[in-house]
Amino acid sequence: MTEFEPKIIAFCCNYCAFAAADLAGAMRLQYPHNVRIVKLPCTGKVDALLLMKAFEDGADAVFVAGCLEGQCHYLEGNLRARKRVTYVKRLLEEVGIEGDRVEIFNLSSAMGGRFAEIVEEMTKKAKDLGPTYISKKFHTEAK
Amino acid sequence: MIVADRKPLDEILESIKDYKKIMLMACGGCVTICFSGGTKAAELLASQIKMAREKDGDPIEIIECTPERQCEFEFIDVYKDKLKDVEAVLSIACGVGVQTMNEHFEDSITLPGLNTKFMGYPVEHALWEERCAGCGDCELQWTGGICPIARCAKKLLNGPCGGSSNGVCEVDKDISCVWQVIYDRLVKLDKLDNLTVVREPKDWRTSTSAGQRKIKFEEAML
Repeated sequence: MTEFEPKIIAFCCNYCAFAAADLAGAMRLQYPHNVRIVKLPCTGKVDALLLMKAFEDGADAVFVAGCLEGQCHYLEGNLRARKRVTYVKRLLEEVGIEGDRVEIFNLSSAMGGRFAEIVEEMTKKAKDLGPTYISKKFHTEAK
Repeated sequence: MIVADRKPLDEILESIKDYKKIMLMACGGCVTICFSGGTKAAELLASQIKMAREKDGDPIEIIECTPERQCEFEFIDVYKDKLKDVEAVLSIACGVGVQTMNEHFEDSITLPGLNTKFMGYPVEHALWEERCAGCGDCELQWTGGICPIARCAKKLLNGPCGGSSNGVCEVDKDISCVWQVIYDRLVKLDKLDNLTVVREPKDWRTSTSAGQRKIKFEEAML
C-alpha cells in the first residue's frame, strides 16, 4: 500500500510567507511536495469560509502564514487572521474534523528556512492524523 | 435591530435529518449585521452541514439564497418555484422570518436555524447589547433615555434594588445596574427631579401579557 500523501493548502501573505517560500526555493531547501500555496495580498484576506471550503474540497490540512505580529503591512491583518483560524478550529471540531488541521504561523520574508520547517511540521501532523473523512474520498478516487 | 444567535449545530442537524435536499434561506436584514444570518453565515453553515452529513454517509444538497428581508411576502415570493424542488427550508432569519415563510408557503416547512435573542445595538464591533424589550409603553422620556425594562433583571421602575453594588447588578458582574446608569445620567443632565415625580403603576397590558399585539394604520391600508 502506498504511503498516504496529504494535500496541504497554504494561504500565504505576499509580503512575508510567500516571499519566504520563494527564498526557500532560491536557497534550494527541500520541503515536502504536499503543499499548495495560495498567494494573498495579506492574511487579513483570509475568511473563515475560505478555510472551510478548502476542507470541504478535500484538503487534509490548511495553514495560514502571515507577517510577524506587529509587522503586518496593513497593520493588523495577521491578527484578524489569527482570530478567524481560531474560529475555524471550532467550526471544524463541530463537524468532527480535528481543529489541529488548521494553523496560523508568523514569519518574515527572510525566513525561508522557517517556511520549509512549517511545511515539514504540517505534513507530519497531517500524516499522523491521516486523511479526513472527506479527503479519504478524494484520495480513493485519485487511485 | 433584532439580534439572533445560531442554534447549536447538533440541533440543526437533528431538525433536518430526514431531508436530502433543502433550501438554506438567509436574511439580508438585522441578522446579517449581527453575523448570524447573512449570506456569509449561510455559506459557512451550508459548508458545515454538508461536511457533517458526509461524515454520516448521508449527503445532502443545499440551495442557498438571501432575500432582502425574510419578514415580508414581497421579498420571499420570488422563491416560490424553487421551493417545489426542496423538501424543507432551513431559515437563518429571526423568528419573524421563519413564521413569515411558514405562513406564506403553507405547503412547505421552514425550520429555524437561529435563536432570536433580543432587540439591541452593537455597543462595539461584534458586541450587541439588549436595549428594548418591546413593552409597548415607552418610559425613556423620564429615565434619561435609558430603559429600565430591558436592562433591569427585575424590570424595576422605582430605583435600584438591594442587589446593586458599586454600580454592578448582582445577576452578573458584567451587567451594570441600570438604575445607577439612569441616576448618573440624570445628574449629568440636571434632571434628577424626574425621579421625584409620583407616577401611576405601569400598564403592562401593552406588553405581551395581554396576548398577541397588533397595530393597524388605517389610512395606509389598501
